[in-house]
Amino acid sequence: MTLKFAALAAAAIVAASAIPAAAAGPEVADFKLDNGLELVVIPDHRVPVVTHMVWYKVGSADETPGKSGLAHFLEHLMFKGTAKHPPGEFSQVVAHAGGQENAFTSYDYTGYYQRVPSASLKTVMDFEADRMTGLTLTDALVLPEREVILEEQNQRVGNNPRARLSEQIEAALFLNHPYGKPVIGWRHEMEQLSREDAVAFYKRFYGPNNAIVVIAGDVDPQQALALAKDTYGKVARRTDIPPRVRPQEPPPVAVRSLTMADPRVEMPILQRDYLTPSFRTAKPGVSEALEVLAHILGSGNNSRLYEALVVDQKIAVSTGSHYDSGAVDDSRFTVYGGPREGVSLPQLETAVDGVIAAVAEKGVTDEELQRAKTRLIADAVYTHDSQASMARWYGSSLATGSTVADIESWPDRIHKVTADEVREAARQWLQKQRSVTGNLIKDTGPRS
Amino acid sequence: MSRHFAPLAFVTVLLVALSSAAQAMTIEPIVSPSGIKAWLVREQATPLVALNFAFHGGSSQDSAEKSGTANLAADLLDEGAGDLDGRTFHQRLEDNAIELRFQVGRDSFFGSLRTLNEHRDEAFDLLGLALTKPRFDADAIERVRQQVLAGLRREQTNPDSLASKSWWQTAFPQHPYGRESSGTLQTVPTVTADDLRDHVRRVFARNELTISVVGDIDAASAGRLIDRAFGALPPKNDLKPVPATAPQGLGRRIVTQIDVPQAVVTFGGNGIERSDPDFMAAYIVNHILGGGTFSSRLYREVREKRGLAYGVHYSLVWFKNAAVVVGGTATRADRTVDAVAIIEKEIKRMAEDGPTADELAEAKAFLKGTYALSLDSSSKIAAQLSQIQIDNLGIDYIQRRDKLIDAVSIADARRVAKRLYGGGILVTIAGKPKGLASSDSVGGTAH
Repeated sequence: MTLKFAALAAAAIVAASAIPAAAAGPEVADFKLDNGLELVVIPDHRVPVVTHMVWYKVGSADETPGKSGLAHFLEHLMFKGTAKHPPGEFSQVVAHAGGQENAFTSYDYTGYYQRVPSASLKTVMDFEADRMTGLTLTDALVLPEREVILEEQNQRVGNNPRARLSEQIEAALFLNHPYGKPVIGWRHEMEQLSREDAVAFYKRFYGPNNAIVVIAGDVDPQQALALAKDTYGKVARRTDIPPRVRPQEPPPVAVRSLTMADPRVEMPILQRDYLTPSFRTAKPGVSEALEVLAHILGSGNNSRLYEALVVDQKIAVSTGSHYDSGAVDDSRFTVYGGPREGVSLPQLETAVDGVIAAVAEKGVTDEELQRAKTRLIADAVYTHDSQASMARWYGSSLATGSTVADIESWPDRIHKVTADEVREAARQWLQKQRSVTGNLIKDTGPRS
Repeated sequence: MSRHFAPLAFVTVLLVALSSAAQAMTIEPIVSPSGIKAWLVREQATPLVALNFAFHGGSSQDSAEKSGTANLAADLLDEGAGDLDGRTFHQRLEDNAIELRFQVGRDSFFGSLRTLNEHRDEAFDLLGLALTKPRFDADAIERVRQQVLAGLRREQTNPDSLASKSWWQTAFPQHPYGRESSGTLQTVPTVTADDLRDHVRRVFARNELTISVVGDIDAASAGRLIDRAFGALPPKNDLKPVPATAPQGLGRRIVTQIDVPQAVVTFGGNGIERSDPDFMAAYIVNHILGGGTFSSRLYREVREKRGLAYGVHYSLVWFKNAAVVVGGTATRADRTVDAVAIIEKEIKRMAEDGPTADELAEAKAFLKGTYALSLDSSSKIAAQLSQIQIDNLGIDYIQRRDKLIDAVSIADARRVAKRLYGGGILVTIAGKPKGLASSDSVGGTAH
């Protein structure tokens, strides 16, 4: 989940995939152009502003082994100009209009967006369509940018022990699937990425038939369609875009744990990730039950983990859980906790195990179930208030295999989750042999 | 004050046209039945209400020995109030999907509330309870205190926190602006329930209170709800005066050694007060030097041309009693010295030559056009209106803003660039930068 610039928090992307639609949401239009490009329009006429995003169905999980970080590197290089428009011209035009822009890369998608006054929509669509296949790269532009992504890696991961722990957990959780590689890449491979690598990746994956354009804001669907035909519609289909077939995970059989020691750790952390189905890979109803389970277990001060560990037992200062439903292949359910001073990580882990076992054995109360559903479904209404959030939610869902109908039925599906299904989700998916537990501790050895 | 609700009695309703837009947003000044003033934007497209408010006060009301008091109070307001213990209070919020947040700035105690329309009565009642009858139960205080302390311990080895704290402490020694709102490992353990009650008693009042309401709600209902939340507060606050001050240590460089791969740099100097007639010129000039996303001089020189950092920014920050311009970057240890030199050079160049006419025109176009983006959701509008009220810019500010920007000439921009950047900067670094050490005077920008 790395961004060209830190303007848009990574967490927002994670959260967006977990936010529902309300039944009373806007009329969303969904089109397909002749060249295969999908266009989704989410009208919101309150302010004369649009959020225009293009989502490519390619991410770090589509990289060739040995080239980790390439999807994200290309994301940066997409700002380096085309045959038609020299480097910086697109950004200058966006800035002149008062717009904002950025881009982001994840495991399954790469996205680019501009937020501009609606009068500038056609212009940004023109530029975005042009760089869909028109990118030109020279070493003079590429090599300094490789330094930038290495500094980005330092900033996000190298300087941050917690992020390094997460990298280690994911690498251990995914035995076979490329989700085990960090999106930003492994440093030794990032250092070797070349202009040729980026160009080959671009030619392989970037084209109208591998893209979804989402426009939210002050535009009518038919008008947006006409603009799309006039811009993206003129880009030739890319042949031979490979299907998204990645090596899949074998059934997990071993309880795994790892410990990372760092002299800079003042507050230890326990984090456990379970291998679970995503919305796309789950049987009907299972992903929804996992969403509700994640909320009841670890969202906010009423959650099971918070009440047990922080309020009642007083052994933790923080705790929580979340489930990532938006993934092309099997995904993760994460539980974490930070101990109070004087409490050991094994002690905390035993307590976490107890909370999870209680849900798996005795289930959840009707009151908890109702509270979780109310909150999850209300989130949809809050999301409707922001065109940018709506665009992110639709884009991230569609890029990971959902349909517009799936998104629109989200509140209904959440509403139908039963207490039995939540208990069954905990029993079946939160089994320890499906998980990796990571311990982040202080390294008290001699310091250099 | 009138006891009757009369929002339109002495009110001009303003139609505010956004830049390059046919659409308009109406800001109504309203007065509640008990006489509390607020700004309202009716927004019927989404069935929710967003409220932002601020009391004058904030962490600058903390004494040095008890720094972190205001922050602890903010974290504890939803941990029990009136007859409701913390658990019950949170359940009420969650059962109705009400979002209630409190936050402390150096000069203000902020709150925000977001609720579905159907639960708005409950939402404002819970807010009122939190503001007027916070319990500060012993177990809740200990729980939240441990959470704050955990955060402070983590910051001890976080290079971002180290560079930033070093900058603020050096710039404002012996002044509340130099202290972190969250307090320190030494002060937070000493804060008592009485300290928290004292803070609430002195700060939460009906004067110097700004309120913005946005949503599917009419003026009469908004006034009624405002009274339910704020009506029982005392009429006047009882604040300790905060002395006016200016950043110290300009020309100095301070390195905090910590073993991390990337050095984090904080830099900055004298800023400009929000009420200063030159503020808009300074805002534009600083945008050219260090604002925006991919357009600033610093971005081009540090990132684009040399790949020295992932990000670099420079921002105006203004308080009630001081103003600074402060920025940051993070860069590899062996080239930190280059990055700092380039930043100092660019600041100096801007001070001496100012921006070009083209840069000025581009920045003006951006700043005018981008304002609508900060008004595209109910919560963002409420936050924006709150800031306008805190800064005392007037209810017609949005209408006047384009003209204020257009009025800045190239001569203004050059003059203000000299004024803003001519005084030198304080640079603080956390990491293991090669060839850089602490020093009391550095060449470059110090004049």
